[in-house]
Amino acid sequence: MLKRMSVFDDLVGQDTVIEQLRSATRAAGEQLAGGAGGGMTHAWLFTGPPGSGRAEAARAFAAALQCADGGCGHCSSCHQVFAGTHTDVLYVRPSGLSFGVDRTRELVLRAASRPTSGRFRIVLFEDADRATEAASNALLKAVEEPSPRTVWLLCTPTAEDMLVTIRSRCRQVRLRTPPTRAVVDVLVNRDGVAPDTAAEAARAAAGHIERARRLATDPDARERRSEVLAIPARLDGMGACVSAAARLYELAEAEAKATTSALDEQEKSDLKAAFGEGGTGKGVAKAVRGAAGAIKDLEEQQKRRATRIKRDTYDLALMDLVAFYRDVLAIQLGARVELSTGAHEADLMRVARASSPESTLRRIDAIMACRERIAANVHPQIAMEAMTAALYMG
Amino acid sequence: MSSASVPPLSIIVGDEELLVDRAVAELVAAVRAGDLEVDVHDLVPSQVTAGKLVEVTSPSLFGERRVVVLRSAQDLTKDLVAEVTGYLKDPADDVVMVLAHAGGAKGKALLEAATKAGATRINCAKPTKAAERLQFIKGEFSRADRQITADAAQALLDAVGSDLREIAAACTQLVVDTDGRVDAAAVARYHTGKAEASGFTVADRTVEGRLPEALEQLRWSLAVGTAPVLINSALAGAVRGLAVVAQPQRGVADAELAKRAKVPPWKLRTLRQQARGWTPQGVARAMAVIAETDALIKGAGRDPAYALERAVIEIAAARGSVLR
Repeated sequence: MLKRMSVFDDLVGQDTVIEQLRSATRAAGEQLAGGAGGGMTHAWLFTGPPGSGRAEAARAFAAALQCADGGCGHCSSCHQVFAGTHTDVLYVRPSGLSFGVDRTRELVLRAASRPTSGRFRIVLFEDADRATEAASNALLKAVEEPSPRTVWLLCTPTAEDMLVTIRSRCRQVRLRTPPTRAVVDVLVNRDGVAPDTAAEAARAAAGHIERARRLATDPDARERRSEVLAIPARLDGMGACVSAAARLYELAEAEAKATTSALDEQEKSDLKAAFGEGGTGKGVAKAVRGAAGAIKDLEEQQKRRATRIKRDTYDLALMDLVAFYRDVLAIQLGARVELSTGAHEADLMRVARASSPESTLRRIDAIMACRERIAANVHPQIAMEAMTAALYMG
Repeated sequence: MSSASVPPLSIIVGDEELLVDRAVAELVAAVRAGDLEVDVHDLVPSQVTAGKLVEVTSPSLFGERRVVVLRSAQDLTKDLVAEVTGYLKDPADDVVMVLAHAGGAKGKALLEAATKAGATRINCAKPTKAAERLQFIKGEFSRADRQITADAAQALLDAVGSDLREIAAACTQLVVDTDGRVDAAAVARYHTGKAEASGFTVADRTVEGRLPEALEQLRWSLAVGTAPVLINSALAGAVRGLAVVAQPQRGVADAELAKRAKVPPWKLRTLRQQARGWTPQGVARAMAVIAETDALIKGAGRDPAYALERAVIEIAAARGSVLR
């Protein structure tokens, strides 16, 4: 990775946002020096489509606020913010499907204390849309009237995802979908990916930077994507529909298992060690028995995390399918746009010729219905069988 | 069985408690038949210690015979298993040892050691198939020197369910309450309704297009407390099976088909029979209905029972449909 010249280097194709955050940083400096600092405020809402770098933007802003030089990118404060170890920055990253009211209250309490370094106390809340309704209400008061040096940075896909009362108390930072060119540049310059691969990954990810990076650097991810994209052309009967749904299901299960199993074991053995397992002496046996409840809590937490990873994996696969049919539609209507699944051109052409634009739209609707159903807790295999059957029927 | 013919070591393998109890009782009775002075030690794992084992197996002062029953032998700790195995190598003359083992992999070493030591094996596995349970009912009646007709046995099974103790109790009751050959009318006088209606029966009747029976089964199974989610997933399984056999992918062998439909290979024939009269359009429609129903059951709708009833009706209607 190249040496950072500024904390905002990581933001891709977001020039307007960078300008906005720079001037806020300057205003914050004035405020600390005793001036008015009119461009700074205590609550910010970072919005933008998935992959546009909301959390990255918020983190860069946090670093800029904590840095004496307004975000030099190489002082120890900047490093700490980027490494997630800064004492005055609280990172909140819901790992489950939702973020509850208990943890929010705890967060509000911690956010109220004064900064140790003398600059700001910053709460960086990624995926703030996962806060439950009760949690949002608990958040409201703190966002409305924080302690003098506390700054809230909330990230959500769209402003509508937040409670209207919270939204109205935040200044909004709108990120846009980065253009393909900007993503390619980042992949080539920063990650050292070959230009061809970078271009293909950037097109495939359609503006989602992290996804583009994953596709460019992880052959398995590319493999999985092309397996998903091969599905539409293979649906030649109900039997194929069932196998395709089963395959999608297996892929997601495997993905979740690969990500979580090692982590789960480690966490569990750490927790057991904390309760004194393997130790000897008086009272150890009793303490170890007492771990049962804590272990159960941990397992529940791990299960929630696994569920979220599975849902995210399904979502990724389903969005790839949507991209495929969007390209089919583009071909059918003769639109001159960039095809994000151009590598599967033969399949695209075949499906485009064999069906009408109306049925393509019906198919896209079926995929979207499947996403909604999975989000509503329908068994993924059942939801996806209904979807593949609808894709086959057209 | 006379006392002399009781084997010094028996192992009862299986997890059906009723049958295990009966086997133990028969063995004890047989020993008693030869010698009234019998000490019976019926022990569960928590009562067993190394000391206790030595106590019950060492020679008695008055020379009476002893029966030692070790229940749930699979749950014995490793040390105790070693003790028991040690005893098996050098058994006492006047002790009849009975080990009850649930079968399965747990505590297999003891099972093997006992077999090696020449134990008489008595199988007491839970009957899993309906035919085996019917056989059991017939057996119960013939033990009491009575007879039951086939349809009466079936009616009894439907009404009582699959728990062997309950079946046995119902049989005893019928033997006492009725005279002569027990027929369906006699059973109907004392038992009615269905104790168990699984989601699978509902699903089978539905995809066969037998709507009235499907709805009846659905009501029964909801009434006995089957979870709506399970009924819907049984429906999903049945439709999945149809999809797999109705339009199989080319070049896929039967074994693979069975795996995809998630059924044992012998069930493919049933599936193929059920798949007659289904079109791809119908199957696709059924799949859509099931996905919708799953959402309705899991909170999108108010009444899971209604959602299921509607699903059964729509799926049965989708059978034979040609156009959407």
